[in-house]
Amino acid sequence: MSKPIVEAREIHKHFGHLHVLKGVDLEVAERELVFVIGPSGSGKSTLLRCLNRLEEPSSGSVVVDGIDMLDPRTDINHARQRIGMVFQSFNLYPHMTALGNVTLALRKVAGKSRAEADALGLAALQRVGLADRAGHTPGQLSGGQQQRVAIARAIALEPRVMLFDEPTSALDPELVGSVLEVMRDLRQSGMTMIVVSHEMGFARNAADRVMFMDDGLIVEQGPPAAIFENPTQERTRAFIGQIQRH
Amino acid sequence: MSTWDRFVETFFNAKVMVKYLPDILSGMVVTIELAVLIVLSGLLAGLVLALLRALAIRPLNWLIIFVVDLFRSLPPLVIIVLIYFGLPAAGVSPSGFVSTWLSLAFVLMAFSEEIFWAGITSIPKGQWEASRSTGLSFGQTLINVVLPQALRLTIPPLTNRTIAITKGTALGTVVAVTEILGQASSAVSNSYNPSPLMMGAAAYLVLFLPVVVAARWVETKFAWKR
Ligand SMILES: Nc1ncnc2c1ncn2[C@@H]1O[C@H](COP(=O)(O)OP(=O)(O)OP(=O)(O)O)[C@@H](O)[C@H]1O
Ligand SMILES: [Mg+2]
Repeated sequence: MSKPIVEAREIHKHFGHLHVLKGVDLEVAERELVFVIGPSGSGKSTLLRCLNRLEEPSSGSVVVDGIDMLDPRTDINHARQRIGMVFQSFNLYPHMTALGNVTLALRKVAGKSRAEADALGLAALQRVGLADRAGHTPGQLSGGQQQRVAIARAIALEPRVMLFDEPTSALDPELVGSVLEVMRDLRQSGMTMIVVSHEMGFARNAADRVMFMDDGLIVEQGPPAAIFENPTQERTRAFIGQIQRH
Repeated sequence: MSTWDRFVETFFNAKVMVKYLPDILSGMVVTIELAVLIVLSGLLAGLVLALLRALAIRPLNWLIIFVVDLFRSLPPLVIIVLIYFGLPAAGVSPSGFVSTWLSLAFVLMAFSEEIFWAGITSIPKGQWEASRSTGLSFGQTLINVVLPQALRLTIPPLTNRTIAITKGTALGTVVAVTEILGQASSAVSNSYNPSPLMMGAAAYLVLFLPVVVAARWVETKFAWKR
């Protein structure tokens, strides 16, 4: 295993009295796809959000691509360019076109000229198969297309790591496939990815490692086959049984 | 003389109207000047306050909320009178025009701050998160992502409030501003005839009716669709 690109140690997160993350360690190697599963409220989203500091961990350390994310001297806005994030609810900017969504950070953060940004933005939209929708606003796109634009918005910045928080949960079943396909392409291109999702089929054939979280802790992790067929922990077995019955 | 003739003679007296038309027109100019100043400075100040409030600096926000609530509670006429008759005691003597301008600008600032603020807070948290996750700073997110959406939401309520407050320029007549109502009432006392008041009312209609109609159009145009 190569040197980890994401190294989180002993992460704790409290929301008031609520202890949501209870000492999570997470190491992700370059080009690895880590899949995170677990019941609602187990802290999966919070963990992802601690990695790019959308959420401030109460304690612990997070190093991404050699950058100490929790060091107050770190230029967090610069560091965040290296960590793409895709949200369950897409969060596209409704007042901009698809291309506008993708180029905003290229122009404002990466300092590209409008022409450079447009070229890079179009290339990113091309990668998600939506170059022909560059001029559409989010309201004119289907959910699946919106999510692919959101992925383009993140990859246009050439991140070292991509975080996905239930990217297909808000989609109609027939639109899920197109998004998973884009994620599979991304994986093939060697992108390091941390994916929170319930798409077990995708996990089986794309994930290097599956992590099961419960109650703020990583209960068990391993290759997909091991976790899905032979979980060692009772809680994992119960959870897997539950989602497979659906 | 029939009743009808007497009515017309009294309220639409041609001789009086012709004589005082120039006064009413100059009153319209003053009203327009006042209105433009109030709208520009009031909305700008309101927006600045809302942006400052977004910084979430506690003591500053308390101050903003206090000032805003103050100017939303006081009747505009009271503010005008306080500035015009009160400030001289403190060594500054603003003219009636300046007093009216400042007073109504403060009122518009207060109401528009609340409207801008409501617009800013109504933008979903996910918009902030998406933008911040790509590396935009707080300020860049506010300017490029949140404000454009918020402003669009605020246009209908803002238009209505702005019209309501701008009509308050008529209050300036109390502190001797020669705007439409001021010109009309002095014309009434000089001519012993109420016709100039009719002209004044017509002048307000000429100024504000197009604005009200335009506001109606703006309201449908900017009804939010995602
Ligand atoms: N900003 C917040 N303030 C207070 N509590 C929060 C906040 N964010 C999350 N929580 C709480 O932290 C716990 C973990 O939330 P989190 O969203 O990380 O769970 P999750 O595993 O992603 O769940 P789901 O599968 O439903 O998305 C929950 O109990 C949630 O209510
Ligand atoms: Mg979640």
